[in-house]
This record gives sequence, C-alpha cells and structure tokens, in this order.
Amino acid sequence: MADATEQEILDGLAEIIDEIVGIDKSEVTPEKNFIDDLDIDSLSMVEIAVAAQDKFGVEIPDDELRNLKTVQDVINFVQKLKV
Amino acid sequence: MTGVTLRAEPVRPGARVLGFGGHQPAKVVTNHDFAAVMDTSDEWIRSRVGIVERRLAGPDETITDLAVQAGGKALAASGLAPSDVDLVIVATCSAETPMPSHAPAVAHRLGIEAPGAYDLNSACSGFCYALAAADAAVRTGSARNVLVVGAEKMSQWIDQTDRSTAIIFADGAGAAVVGPSETPGIGPVVWGSDGSAPERIAIADRTSFIRQDGQAVFRWATTAIAPVALAAVERAGLVPDDLATIVPHQANLRIIDAIARRIKATNAVVADDITRSGNTSGASIPLALAHMIERGDVPSGAPALLVGFGAGLSYAAQVIQIP
Repeated sequence: MADATEQEILDGLAEIIDEIVGIDKSEVTPEKNFIDDLDIDSLSMVEIAVAAQDKFGVEIPDDELRNLKTVQDVINFVQKLKV
Repeated sequence: MTGVTLRAEPVRPGARVLGFGGHQPAKVVTNHDFAAVMDTSDEWIRSRVGIVERRLAGPDETITDLAVQAGGKALAASGLAPSDVDLVIVATCSAETPMPSHAPAVAHRLGIEAPGAYDLNSACSGFCYALAAADAAVRTGSARNVLVVGAEKMSQWIDQTDRSTAIIFADGAGAAVVGPSETPGIGPVVWGSDGSAPERIAIADRTSFIRQDGQAVFRWATTAIAPVALAAVERAGLVPDDLATIVPHQANLRIIDAIARRIKATNAVVADDITRSGNTSGASIPLALAHMIERGDVPSGAPALLVGFGAGLSYAAQVIQIP
C-alpha cells in the first residue's frame, strides 16, 4: 500500500477496528474521537497501532500514539510518513 | 595425567511431566474490595486486565509454604515417592530474602532427602525455564526425577495503593514432577531475552515496589511473543491445530487473547485462570494447568503449549503432553 489514498487508509483502519474491538466499519468516520466517540481504550489503541503497522508499513510508537485522538489524526499520520 | 576421557551418563530418549499440583492462599480479594479503597471499579479491572478476583497470602504464609503445598500435590499426582526425586528447582522472582534459596527447605519439608536444589529467577517465564532445565537434567542423566515449582508471594512487593499493580499481581504456587520417558513428552524449548530495557518491569531497590510500564509491556507481549510460541510448536514437530490447549503466562486476559489470536489454534482451549487467580508471575502457568486438569478441561496425553514471558525481558515456550 505504497500510495494509499485517504479513503484506502480509512477503509483499512475501519477493518482493523472491526477486527480488534468489534465496532462496525460504518461507525469509523474521520471526525470520530477514539476514546469519546468509539469507546476504545488505551490498550486497544496499542493493538490497533500494531495492526496498522502491519497493514500500512508505518510504525506508530507509543509517544506518537498518545497524540492521535481521532480517526483523521491516524489517516494524516500514515499519509505523512508514506510521502 | 592428560588425555583422559570423562564418562557421561547414558542419554535418555525423553522426559515428561508425570503430575501437576497447584495451591493458592485462602484469602480472596475481589475487585470490589479494591474499589472500596482506591479509584478503580470492577468494570474497569475486568475490561483492562480480565481479573475478577485473586488470592493473597497472609503475613505468616511464605513462598516456601506455598511451594510445599503445590509440590506435595504434584508428587501425589505423579505417583512417585519423595525418595524418587533427586532434583528440586523453585522458580520465583518474589523471594522474601536473597538467601538461602527456597528449594532445599521445600525439599526437606516434602521428605525429599539431599536432592540437588536451587532457585531460578526468570520472573514470569521462570516455570518454562525451570521445566527446560528439568527436561535436560532427566535426559542427560543428572537426575532421575525432578520437582519443579513456580511459587510467588508477589503481594509483599506491591504498593497496595498503586492501582496499576495492586489489582494485577497475586500469590500462589504450581508444581510439576518430571521423570524419564521412552518418547519425548516435553518438546524443545524456544527461549530468549531482551535486556535493553530492564526497567520496564522491575523492583528498583530493596525498599521499592514492583513498577511496570504497562503500555510498552503490553505492546511487546502482544507482538513479540506469538512468534516464539509458534516456533516452539514447529520445533516440537506439530502445527497449531494439533494443540489441545494454550497456556500463556496469566499476565492480562487481553494479552492472552491477543497471543492466542495470532497462534490460530482452532481446537485449543485457551487458559484463562487469571480471572480467578490474578497474575501470579512464575506460578501462573503450572497453577492454570493444575486447575484445568482438575476440572477435566484437557485429556491425558494431549499437547499443551506453554508460553512464559515477563521481566528481563525474558521469554520461553515449549509444548508438553498433559500427564
């Protein structure tokens, strides 16, 4: 996924979230906050970050993970490192 | 004189576990007990670590006491007499004092006379390390039968007001008797360590309590350990679908689930003893197995994958046959 578009990253992320925490893909939209809107806790965020690393080839360390509050934040992070 | 040839003992074809035994202190501490004294809740603890209740030893209950109880049950299950055992290994990382080691006293109280006896500290992977040592001792003829005990009194190294550790760690012991076998009943161990960040789970000095960097350890355990477990299955000549059970160190139910998900053993019962026992470090694997065998969850002869991981960081995995 070398030149992943925003939509591709969103779809991939939604798949990961569905697999790890069982939230329906349609719920995962860019403006959603992981903690407040999707009720995903810090440990699940680590699992999502690890799965995202496998899927997108972008490492998300714990220090960075703390700053990724919304779905859009993750999309931006993955895109930035992909350029 | 130079050029002598030393005689080696004849190598035995294999070793196997002859019996397991577990022991827990009587005192049950529930999540509600913690919620009454610190900022936590039953729901929070269940969702983050999967623990419902745990057992803590009383002030007069020592690691040796716990180990003797578990060791006695394992001996009874094995059908051996104390005089058949000539090596005792106690895996523990929560010793009351650095010396003497617990193993000689455990052996003495069980009526095992003058065995080789030592403690081994590899924290939460300690039982798997000790089992590998016992397997090697039996196969090479250094011992006929070995008593291996994982015994911990974690509570004495816990700040009971620190909600990140107090709710997790607990006390208990589990034991196995290992003896010779015509075919291998203990597969090759796959083990290793990473000493680049020892402070991630540590007791800093003699006046400190256990501290752990939960998030970093969680990431490590959920990513680095499944490949070790899969390598142990492969080294034993099996595939994941052959496994009847997976017994990961009972660290956190979500780590256990993440490891099991990556192993993809469709027929395996995954140990979840943590829900009722908490994290008993080096005791958790044999304690979980003793409970599963007691309940009849796993049949005799069935292959079980044991996966230890924890402070060090250290890890070890092997496949065994249920006695």
